[in-house]
Amino acid sequence: MSHAGTLDPEHPHGPLQPPGDTTGLFGVFRRRYLLKLLVQKEVRVRYQASVLGLAWSYIKPLVRFLTYVVIVGYVIGLKDLENYPLHVFCGMMIVHFFTETLSAGTKSVVKNKSLVNKMNVPREMFPVASLLVTSYHMFPQYVILLIGCVLIGWSPGPMALAAGVLSLVLIATFSLAVGLAFSALNVLYRDVQNFTETIQLLVRWTTPMIYPFELIASRTNGNWVEQLYLCNPVAIAVMLAQRCFWVPTLDHPGEVVLPSHLMIRGVIMLAVSLVLVWLAQKLFSHLEGRFAEQML
Amino acid sequence: MSTSVILDQVSKRFTLRDARTLKRQIVARARREPVSHSFLAVNDISLEVEEGESIGLMGLNGSGKSTLLRLISGVLRPDDGLVLTRGRIAGLIEVSAGFHRQLTGRENIYLNGAIMGMSEAEINRKFDEIVDFSGIERFLDQPVGSYSSGMFARLGFSVSVAAESDIFIIDEVLAVGDPPFKKKCIKKIQQIRDEGRTIFFVSHNTTQVKRICSRAVVLESGKLAFDGAVADAIHHLHYDDDTDDFDAEGGEI
Repeated sequence: MSHAGTLDPEHPHGPLQPPGDTTGLFGVFRRRYLLKLLVQKEVRVRYQASVLGLAWSYIKPLVRFLTYVVIVGYVIGLKDLENYPLHVFCGMMIVHFFTETLSAGTKSVVKNKSLVNKMNVPREMFPVASLLVTSYHMFPQYVILLIGCVLIGWSPGPMALAAGVLSLVLIATFSLAVGLAFSALNVLYRDVQNFTETIQLLVRWTTPMIYPFELIASRTNGNWVEQLYLCNPVAIAVMLAQRCFWVPTLDHPGEVVLPSHLMIRGVIMLAVSLVLVWLAQKLFSHLEGRFAEQML
Repeated sequence: MSTSVILDQVSKRFTLRDARTLKRQIVARARREPVSHSFLAVNDISLEVEEGESIGLMGLNGSGKSTLLRLISGVLRPDDGLVLTRGRIAGLIEVSAGFHRQLTGRENIYLNGAIMGMSEAEINRKFDEIVDFSGIERFLDQPVGSYSSGMFARLGFSVSVAAESDIFIIDEVLAVGDPPFKKKCIKKIQQIRDEGRTIFFVSHNTTQVKRICSRAVVLESGKLAFDGAVADAIHHLHYDDDTDDFDAEGGEI
């Protein structure tokens, strides 16, 4: 049956069309005001009824940072690595961004159950809001990083700055893809929520944050294990961040071992992540139709 | 006059998984029990609504009224058939759905307005009107978690009215308001009707439906059981049999 005759697009209230927004991520950015309010809400609510409040956003990474520097740096013995705390700190910036987006993003749709079930909003809104909330919480940490770098004599060249920008764009894109896919899967299988904790642990140890890439390179000599290691967008983003902040502060930057063609690898990973965002959006749209009945 | 909503042979099936964990799935398979069951919440419904019509949606609990409203509002997508609507849709499907309990009434007005598709400027412009209609200005800066269900309904209704939708949906939310507020709401809904906007109104209160609606649709187990004049629908439902009507006081509003 066709309704072509009754569609009349000239009508002042617009044409007859299926209700609901099916434009996915584009719909999210068209409704920026709602997105802004959801981010504000999340920022206000996350640490409500806790005495230290927003300070928790800094206490948790600070404790982790000190643990790495003291235990791994001094007790196990990586302190000879020049500016080791900075090496850890810029790795953590990236890894922490990913793990926070992953854990908050995965739960985001389930947590906003009543909105998803009763109100008409683009559901991609929720993982995107999680990503923005994480960025908001991490911003001061980037300021601390910059101040620290300047104090120990940071003089980045254009290549270093380009690496820094690329690392941020890469980690944000990859986190968006993972957050989008996992938030949808979590509605159907709450196992995903538990799975993310395992991924967080894995990511912390399979990126050159606590240890330098040199250790991986010297043990693998470029074999398939190393190639596999370098297929991890988070690892590439971490090394790009180190290229930006850590390498320029060293006495002999030329002696640092980083993978060959790091920038090109970064660009390729960014392209891969963009494809992943597209695939994640397809998965999200596909599963979205079943959200409401899975969350009664 | 042109068409506002078209439902063409629309069905929505809900599948519920009984055995969620792997262990229970294996046990269920071994015993040859089903691992999931499904039912048609909305079964092959066709409906055409003209702009400016006010539809009373009636039927017993679980007959598919809310599912139908959620299909019209776009929250659910039909498994079969086609849903077409024209213009902005707003309203109240559940009183507390768009509210966040830890935010204040003021913040929730903005959040709820934005969810219903209003811009910041639009909400700013209508803010006083919303607060005024809800009559809760004293509690505006308290978290809505401390509100009573009646206050929730007041705030929710006030925002949804302000959204100036082309299609206005109200699902049984007037049941919780007090009589003076109900009266005010009915008046407002009549005003919306007289402006020529389309209304979907779910209620078990026959007096309210008679006051507001020009046409009634009755659902029975997901199927369209009746579509026509309000008085006939009430007769069809046998709602007029009972002289010992609890809603007798509803006659005043």
